[in-house]
Amino acid sequence: MTRKNRRLILVLGCVIGLGSATVLVFQAFRATGELFIVPSKIATNAPKADRNFRLGGMVESGSLQRFQDANRPAVRFRVSDGVASVSVEYVGILPDLFREGQGVVTLGKMRADGSFAAQEVLAKHDENYMPGDMADELKKTGWKPEQGAPPAAALWNAAKANTSSLQTPPGKVGG
Amino acid sequence: MIPELGHFALALAIAFAVAQAILPLWGAHRGNARLMQAAPALALGQLIGLAASFACLVWVSVTDDFSVQNIAENSHTLKPLLYKITGAWGSHEGSILFWCLILSVCGGAVALFGGPLPASLRARVIGILGFTAFGFELFTLIESNPFARIWPPPLDGRDMNPLLQDPGLASHPPILYLGYVGFAVPFAFAVAALLEGRIDAAWGRWVRPWTLAAWCFLTSGIALGSWWSYYVLGWGGYWFWDPVENASLLPWLTGTALLHSAIVVEKREALKTWTVLLAIGTFALSLSGTFLVRSGILNSVHSFANDPARGVFILGLLALIIGGSLLIFALRAPTLGSSGLFAPISREGALVLNNILLCSIAAVVLTGTLYPLFADLLMSMKISVGPPFFQATVLPLAAPVFGAMAVAPMLSWKRATLGPALVRLWWVALVALAAGLFASLGMKAVPALAMGAAAWMIFGALAEIIERVRLFRVPLGNSVARLFALKLSTFGTTLGHAGLGVTVAGLAGMSMTVEQVVLVRPGETVQVAGYDWHLAGMHDAKGSNYNARVATIEVSRDGAPIVTLSPERRAFTTQTMTTTEAKISTNFVRDLYAVLGEERDGAAVLRLHMNPLAPWIWLGALIMAMGGFCSLADRRLRIAAPTRAAAPTALSRT
Repeated sequence: MTRKNRRLILVLGCVIGLGSATVLVFQAFRATGELFIVPSKIATNAPKADRNFRLGGMVESGSLQRFQDANRPAVRFRVSDGVASVSVEYVGILPDLFREGQGVVTLGKMRADGSFAAQEVLAKHDENYMPGDMADELKKTGWKPEQGAPPAAALWNAAKANTSSLQTPPGKVGG
Repeated sequence: MIPELGHFALALAIAFAVAQAILPLWGAHRGNARLMQAAPALALGQLIGLAASFACLVWVSVTDDFSVQNIAENSHTLKPLLYKITGAWGSHEGSILFWCLILSVCGGAVALFGGPLPASLRARVIGILGFTAFGFELFTLIESNPFARIWPPPLDGRDMNPLLQDPGLASHPPILYLGYVGFAVPFAFAVAALLEGRIDAAWGRWVRPWTLAAWCFLTSGIALGSWWSYYVLGWGGYWFWDPVENASLLPWLTGTALLHSAIVVEKREALKTWTVLLAIGTFALSLSGTFLVRSGILNSVHSFANDPARGVFILGLLALIIGGSLLIFALRAPTLGSSGLFAPISREGALVLNNILLCSIAAVVLTGTLYPLFADLLMSMKISVGPPFFQATVLPLAAPVFGAMAVAPMLSWKRATLGPALVRLWWVALVALAAGLFASLGMKAVPALAMGAAAWMIFGALAEIIERVRLFRVPLGNSVARLFALKLSTFGTTLGHAGLGVTVAGLAGMSMTVEQVVLVRPGETVQVAGYDWHLAGMHDAKGSNYNARVATIEVSRDGAPIVTLSPERRAFTTQTMTTTEAKISTNFVRDLYAVLGEERDGAAVLRLHMNPLAPWIWLGALIMAMGGFCSLADRRLRIAAPTRAAAPTALSRT
């Protein structure tokens, strides 16, 4: 085998490796990319019914309800961006840092009845939870950080989250 | 007083770093032997300065000096002593100081063990390490001073995030950092070689142990982090394809490629330019991994010590180091000379295949990690890329790696034939097929295939040893004698490859996990995954800085008791935060995993898992790291092997 042929095979190997990687990436982006959407944009931006997306916003104070779904513990709460709000249902244990009046990101699909079936509720392991994506989107809906970010987690703990409505969600004030 | 002393020691270390960055490089450029000789002493000076500075930080943390902002924000008088010590590297400021300390330890190690190196190469390597260290120490001093004071000092600190108060996480950052920063040494060697304009087999012999050591630590660090998220976060998951995790996986992938291409440089003096590029790329990924995530540019579910305000300095520094080294590469790479020849089917060919595939995987992971950032900037779309993306892209590229892994060590250098190698693996193929078929009884197609691949890798790795000792072909005693005569690095390869097989088996098993969230009253029993979980009772308990609610769950199967698990829910008093303490019982074939959620009208919400083969994931990583250390112990690779002392010095005069 000549030097030229060997080099050709090497180049061919690289092209096949990186080429197949590129093809895989594009296919996977089309099939699995998850859009981040706030409640007021669901009507215009929501993907097809069978696609997962991330719904983000503030958990409305006093909206958390616990119930049982076929003997499994479940929760229902409303996620708001100050303009619109959506009812979210989730079966499972909420993250430790889930609080009413604070930001939340949930992953799941829309149901036919307009509620959101969450498969995952994400929370950061940090008390000042406000993902950058969400802050940006919330600003577009009219919420301003000066009106007060989500109340400090400490406050909520002291006041026993769930029973009190210490403060209306800042989104509502802004909207 | 002590914080000021630490601050001063840090400033002193920077002074040493400046000298270390300039004098040896200038000396090597001008051929001034005295300036070159100064390099090791400067590197050691910098190391002593930083060690003193870090010791001061630990002291301040242990003695609860809340007039230091960093301590006031991250510590508390009630915090257990162990976490006061580990808290020194748990905060943002402390972790960067610790990062610098490890970098200076690397510089010190080159200074101490680099005696046999050609003087100019050693001077350049130390100089480049000094330059890198200078950048990050300057950042520490100007932008994130760990010794900054506050006035008036608070009576007590704000305490550390309770999730971080865990022995697993106490050891995770140092080991991970050793991995990340360890790649600075191959990087420095690569840039030094570009400046020297020559690379030979001796260079490959030098780079390989450093890469290997960094790789071992990185492997252990990633495994520890994954294990921590498995048992502390209580989500039952072990890998979330989160930017923080991807940031550690990327240098691991390219570092693994570097490990293999350095062999080709050492043995055959081929792939030189590529190896240099890979060394630069791996360190670039390590740097971006540590700092991009901290800068707040990438959103992460679990990054702790981050601070977006300091992003600009870090970005500038990254651009300078990565861009500068790539510029040197572009200018100087053509001087390195062309590579040796080899046929596509040969050991070199197989190692090239390994490099192509590993780098493709790294490219895919990098794209997936950065895509949300670019989608936001360019198309203002908020898109996140989750596990489905990575599974769809990484698996097809990993499959050929797994396939080739058993065959490659059987091929000979330069030119080989595939037939005989495959014939020698016939029984491995049978075992893999059997494992795959057996797994397909209870598993879906992909995990069953992975199970077959795992058997192929594990037994393929063993086959190489069996082949080398000629088991059953020569008398047994003869085989045993051959076994003892084998080089340690051969066992290293075997352990490394088999370890990956064990991990893959664990991943395949974990995909069959059974998970259920149930509402149980004390005294009730539920059935999950064939086990009876009986909630015997609930009680309160008190820890040093938290109050806990404990559930007692008795697990039995067909009436035979197996284990009693007591998952907790802890409420930390100072940080007003609750954490879930999952409890796990393992017998190495399956994990029983219980998490306590909230309580509703006297009933407890429990999440119960049965995770088949879960411990294998981390066991495999441990075996891989052990393989690496095994190779490192091999005399031929030992950093200061006296037998090689003569050879590189003889080569040094050009």
